[in-house]
Amino acid sequence: MSTSRTANPVPYSTEPRTPAVPSGVLGMLIFVATETMLFAGLISAFTVYRASSVVWPPPDQPRLPFEETAVNTIALLASGVLLYLACRTLRAGDHTKGHKFLLASTALGAFFVFFQGAEWVALISDGLTLTSSNLGGFFFLIIGLHALHAIAAVGVLFHAWLSLRKGFVSLSLLAAAEVFWYFVVGVWPVIYLRVYL
Amino acid sequence: MAESIPATHEESHGDSHGGHHEESWVIKYLWSTDHKIIAMQYLFTGMFMALIGGFFAYTFRMQLAFPGESIPGWGMLTPPDYNALVTNHGTIMIFWVAMPVLIAAFGNFLIPLMIGCDDMVFPKLNRLSFQIFFLSTVVLLASFLVPGGAFGGAWTAYPPLSAQSAYSLTPWGAPLWVLAVALEFVAFLMGGINFVTTTMNSRAPGMKMHDIPMIIWMIVIASIIFMLSVGPLVAGAVMLLFDQLLGTGFYDPARGGDPVLWQHLFWFFGHPEVYVVLLPAMGIVVEIITTFSRKKFFAYKATLYTTFAAGIISFTVWAHHQFIAGIDPRMAHIFTVTTLLISVPIALITFCSIATLYGGSIRFTTPMLWALAFIFEFLLGGVTGIYLGAAGSDIYFHDSYFVLAHFHYTFFPIGIIATFAAVTYWFPKMFGRHLNETLGKIHFWGTVIPFNVIFIPLFVLGLAGQHRRIYAYTLFPDLAKAEFQDLRVLATVALLVLLVFQVVFLYNFFVSCFKGRKAEDNPFEANSLEWTAASPPPHGNWPELPTVYRGPYEYSVPGREKDYWPQNEPS
Repeated sequence: MSTSRTANPVPYSTEPRTPAVPSGVLGMLIFVATETMLFAGLISAFTVYRASSVVWPPPDQPRLPFEETAVNTIALLASGVLLYLACRTLRAGDHTKGHKFLLASTALGAFFVFFQGAEWVALISDGLTLTSSNLGGFFFLIIGLHALHAIAAVGVLFHAWLSLRKGFVSLSLLAAAEVFWYFVVGVWPVIYLRVYL
Repeated sequence: MAESIPATHEESHGDSHGGHHEESWVIKYLWSTDHKIIAMQYLFTGMFMALIGGFFAYTFRMQLAFPGESIPGWGMLTPPDYNALVTNHGTIMIFWVAMPVLIAAFGNFLIPLMIGCDDMVFPKLNRLSFQIFFLSTVVLLASFLVPGGAFGGAWTAYPPLSAQSAYSLTPWGAPLWVLAVALEFVAFLMGGINFVTTTMNSRAPGMKMHDIPMIIWMIVIASIIFMLSVGPLVAGAVMLLFDQLLGTGFYDPARGGDPVLWQHLFWFFGHPEVYVVLLPAMGIVVEIITTFSRKKFFAYKATLYTTFAAGIISFTVWAHHQFIAGIDPRMAHIFTVTTLLISVPIALITFCSIATLYGGSIRFTTPMLWALAFIFEFLLGGVTGIYLGAAGSDIYFHDSYFVLAHFHYTFFPIGIIATFAAVTYWFPKMFGRHLNETLGKIHFWGTVIPFNVIFIPLFVLGLAGQHRRIYAYTLFPDLAKAEFQDLRVLATVALLVLLVFQVVFLYNFFVSCFKGRKAEDNPFEANSLEWTAASPPPHGNWPELPTVYRGPYEYSVPGREKDYWPQNEPS
């Protein structure tokens, strides 16, 4: 196949295409980019609001539990690391070990969600609600949105673990779930430092 | 086979008719994962919504020209109805006409056909995308039937007016409006993920990045811009919904909230949104101008890279909508500079299109007329935008009819002229039949001339200081002068003429769908891959997927017998 008449110096290949990034992962990456902008919007709105308030935090509102949440933050980060180990061992073909890592990662993710729920109950009983002040409004909006993501991601991880137990997990599903969980884990420290501190 | 992903399910293998099931009408047309059917669903929903949006324009233009008189087809127009109609005219035309038709319909139809694959990468996500879009349409239309009526706080929905029902007087309409817009964004997010992933991963063997037709690049870049800008608006919309329904005070100054925050979040999306719809329109124009000039597209790479640049700059211009919202004048200077800067890449793309015409052997078909009209009219829209982008002059023009006319000189070419260009150009491929050229040209002139007669008077009125968002100018002695009223009547009469000529299009469209002259595979002798498929393409598009040997714009190559050279033809 001569390409002499086209100006293009690189010869045209007729080989079937092998994507640089698998479709499932690329789709999830685009979704995560959108989500990043969603959280960026919320966090910058909160930042603007906070910077333009004369008194911060609102004096009649309870303090956010910075120290306790530090424990929870570590749990979430550990869950992310465990998922990385799980996926690495699974791709290497070590199913028994990968299985355990995946379960541990899922369990730590679930722990994060429950810890957060308990924290919310305490805060609401102390008088911080969605409408009590804009601190409460932003707190429940941002943390709640993150919690929704965490719950969805834990569900997907649990689903992956269940299918693995039955002997088969689609690697593209696992890769997409991995990207999503890294996002949920990665955005948390930013939220933690901006909102709780 | 309904999906392009490697089939692992048993039912995909179970039949012997080349992978086709005998499907019922509902499955085939309403529950399909075929990108072409989904494109049609978007196209017809968009056309239906365009009729509604056009009818709304008719009602409030009649009120402005003949205040206080009963409007045929509507009756007396009350001030709350006027607000609701203006608001929803804007909302519908942008979010339910321009976006679904330009991006979703043509993106779905063209991407797999022009890059040479059988369907989108995620066909079920694609189907879900339309279903959610359809739901959003129902929610928006339902907002006209609830107590208090549809939302009337303008399509920009500025708080505090939009945030509390005590101000908006639409306790149901306002939340439904926000919900409809939010659902629509979810639908386009799914569509956008499909568009980008499919274009990156499913191209035909041999198609390199610089062989992708410009329209596909434009849709991909527009999708990326959309997905990166929509997040902050969704954040703002959730806060607005909470303010409306749960009693939070994010935008309520009395409780420490900040109404201008919404303006930032809205326009951070709202300005890139202009490029989200503009880029596909320009891509359509590039395809048509190249085909009918029989000439290679001028400066493909320069256009591609400037489009990326325009996409990036579009994220830095949003506050030019807020020059009088109390922002710092120093910040206004910065946004003036970025706003004027973004006209450079857009001008470059326009010049490349014009340069493509130079020395070509031009064929004045109906799609070509629309494409040339796009360049001409959009140029006027772009030039008038410079006055609004500069903070100094914008302080005078802000919220006047000059803004309105400028906006329509950009969005009418985008949403209407480019759409007609695309529909008339790809109609043979979509439906397998030709449109009537004579009726097409009558419709063209009957649309473009009245369009100018509507909006040139509105420029004049805006320069004279006529404010937007006024129900009846009879209450404002300065604006109620006879010479102003004459211009308003002229604009309204031109609108009526424009609307009447759309009947010609609808007649041509639906009659040609069934009775038009049968179309051959490549009626316009174009190069890109969609013309190598049958007209209309069957499920799966090609019996055997094509291979690509060259770029899409190899027209009039010296030494060749034919003046076109399809991308899939081995040399």
